Amino acid sequence: MLSPEPAKVSYYEKRKAVFPKVVSGPFRRFKWLMLVVTLGIYYLTPWLRWDRGPYAPDQAVLVDLANRRFYMFSIEIWPHEFYFVAGLLIMAGIGLFLITSAFGRAWCGYSCPQTIWTDLFQHVDRLIDGDRNAQLKLEAGPWNAAKVFKRGLKWSIYLAISFWTGGAWIMYFADAPTLTVDFWTGQAAPVAYATVGVLTATTFVFGGFMREQVCIYMCPWPRIQTAMLDEKSLIVTYKDWRGEQRGSVKAKERQPDVIGDCVDCNQCVAVCPTGYDIRNGPDIACITCGLCIDACDKVMVQLGRPRGLIDYATLEDCEHERAGGERRSILKTALHWRTLVYFGVWAAIGAGLLFALGTRQRIDLSVAKDRNPPFMLLSNGEVRNDYTLKLRNMETRPRPMSVTLEGLPGAVMWTDEMGRDAASRELQFTVAPDQTKPVRVYVVAPEGTEEAEFTFVLAARDREAGGDRAETRFDAPEEDNDE
Amino acid sequence: MANKRIDEATGVETVGHSWDGIEELNNPLPRWWLWTLYATIIFAIGYMIVYPAIPLANKATEGLWGWSSRGQLAGEMQAEEARRAGTLAALAATPIEQLAGKPDLMRAAIEGGRAAFRVNCVQCHGSGAAGSKGYPNLRDDDWLWGGTIKDIETTLVNGIRQPGNDATRQSLMPNFGKDGILPPADIAAVADHVLSLTGKSAANARGAQLFADNCAACHGADAKGGRQFGAPNLADAIWLYGGKRDQVMGSIHQAHAGVMPAWGGKLDPVTIKMLAAYVHSLGGGEDFVAATAAAPAATPARGEANAQP
Repeated sequence: MLSPEPAKVSYYEKRKAVFPKVVSGPFRRFKWLMLVVTLGIYYLTPWLRWDRGPYAPDQAVLVDLANRRFYMFSIEIWPHEFYFVAGLLIMAGIGLFLITSAFGRAWCGYSCPQTIWTDLFQHVDRLIDGDRNAQLKLEAGPWNAAKVFKRGLKWSIYLAISFWTGGAWIMYFADAPTLTVDFWTGQAAPVAYATVGVLTATTFVFGGFMREQVCIYMCPWPRIQTAMLDEKSLIVTYKDWRGEQRGSVKAKERQPDVIGDCVDCNQCVAVCPTGYDIRNGPDIACITCGLCIDACDKVMVQLGRPRGLIDYATLEDCEHERAGGERRSILKTALHWRTLVYFGVWAAIGAGLLFALGTRQRIDLSVAKDRNPPFMLLSNGEVRNDYTLKLRNMETRPRPMSVTLEGLPGAVMWTDEMGRDAASRELQFTVAPDQTKPVRVYVVAPEGTEEAEFTFVLAARDREAGGDRAETRFDAPEEDNDE
Repeated sequence: MANKRIDEATGVETVGHSWDGIEELNNPLPRWWLWTLYATIIFAIGYMIVYPAIPLANKATEGLWGWSSRGQLAGEMQAEEARRAGTLAALAATPIEQLAGKPDLMRAAIEGGRAAFRVNCVQCHGSGAAGSKGYPNLRDDDWLWGGTIKDIETTLVNGIRQPGNDATRQSLMPNFGKDGILPPADIAAVADHVLSLTGKSAANARGAQLFADNCAACHGADAKGGRQFGAPNLADAIWLYGGKRDQVMGSIHQAHAGVMPAWGGKLDPVTIKMLAAYVHSLGGGEDFVAATAAAPAATPARGEANAQP
């Protein structure tokens, strides 16, 4: 590859459009499956219903930002339970490491939205323009009526898919049927239109035109992957010791010792969605979708040669095979110790979250003490402290609750609603469904009470019961007061 | 660059730098990246034309759209004032005694008062309204001039001991010691009597007689004070100027006669109403009616209420 002088250094390069050829095989079938499943989940989930009774929305998956609730089927997350979402995000992060450790860049190849939508748009290309050769011809041809029509039609379909994609996103944040009506009657929030506009634009540009450029130049994940992959990682690789030197079938008949299995048919490049030639070795441009494996296997079968000239393998296995060893199962890679460690961490977090979910209380008390002033001396020598209690009812039905004082002998409390005359050591409340009731509570203790810790005890007064406690502090003047 | 060379593996020229043996290939940038750069430059030029941008000797260029941060603030303030106008008009039209019957208005008044208190009142009464020596605590149950919302408003409007205001809270305790009305020994006796009312001192018969002669007219025979004169209750636990013997004697020797500005001439009636509502809501207000009790419909249907009650 040594050339004495580069012909001309170009600082900028026009995108070389990729026109991937249609291919069939197990990896293509798997990609079809992933396409249908992931897009199905994305487009249809907001329309699933889930009955939560009269006080809560009936959308199965809903991120209710306005009311600060996250609904997912039978699970309802409140803002103070955000650690569940944080845990899920951590699991998603470790999940990426886990998948990388077990299967290499499987995320890039099969489930990344950029890959899925690029795949979808490439199917649209084939539907309107035909397969690779027809696309190449149309691209090179003049802008006649037929080309204008085809481009117009294709870009319209791009736009429709993009709009649907942007539109589906906002359905996760409001009641989908209501929002759909509001959207088309101009009554939805401005942020809904802005979001749809931005996501339509990004889907249209990234899926329709940028495609592999996003993976090669913009996305950080391939760069992180280059640091995460090693000789034990599964990658799509060309077995050069078997393929080289490339030559035709006739050449191999003439020189069987020199010519390898690769007949240089270029099918692997033709089908590649990023236009990469895998025979140049591992590269950031290879998203490991396996379509070149499908293409090459087909040619090998036609020629009567063993499949797997291009195949999933680790570099370690490649060395092993190059030295004449047997082909190893990829399961061995998937069960590598590093993978098991990742899986252990991932599963432990998941189990912890499930345990927390199963045992969490749906009733909650938090107390904020007034610290300015910390206490008030009353005329008769009693001492008053003020507190703001927050009674959370996280069930979708009204619940009767009581708050009692534990500790602080002789103290009583009252609220603005009831007045001092009705003060007692136990207060009764009814908290509305799915709501936090803030209550200002005045606690007064007899003359001579010293500062002390005490506890507000919350108890649900219904069949389900349950409760919560909140320790806090009672401040009092010091014995020898200057004032 | 001296060390430019062609990389063997890729056939691409390097840029010539070497960092611990790591070299960089001189691969071309994608052309759309260049277009993106041009687009940002064009955007920046447009931005400089329509927004203030270029600093000149006195001020920056104003920009075609005439935007300024002051103008934006003025616009936002105007919008906020327009939003509040209805509530403020309703507050102006509602006599303060009737506020309790309008929970929404009461809540708005309390929140408005909370803000106005921080600007006008905290200097003496403290940010927690707990006062300090010489400045009354507004959260307790002890009121010199009355603790109903109407009383508080009256005190706010007319102030305390403001010259030239006929309606101001007015009273004058003589300087018993300074003006030679009582000799020091009598002052000590009166102080002992007063302290004996709360068990801080032994009973003093001479002090009791002196109290009946000199003090009971305002403070009452039982020393429980009187709001007509703003005379403090001397038989309770709260001492505005200190409850130790020497402090009490000091107060008898020379009366303190604390003052508060008449806010009627400084603040508009609506702000004063809001201040009165806020002070009244701090836990010590007399005849307090909770604003939250009557209006469940006004609270948001769902969601975590963050507002202070």
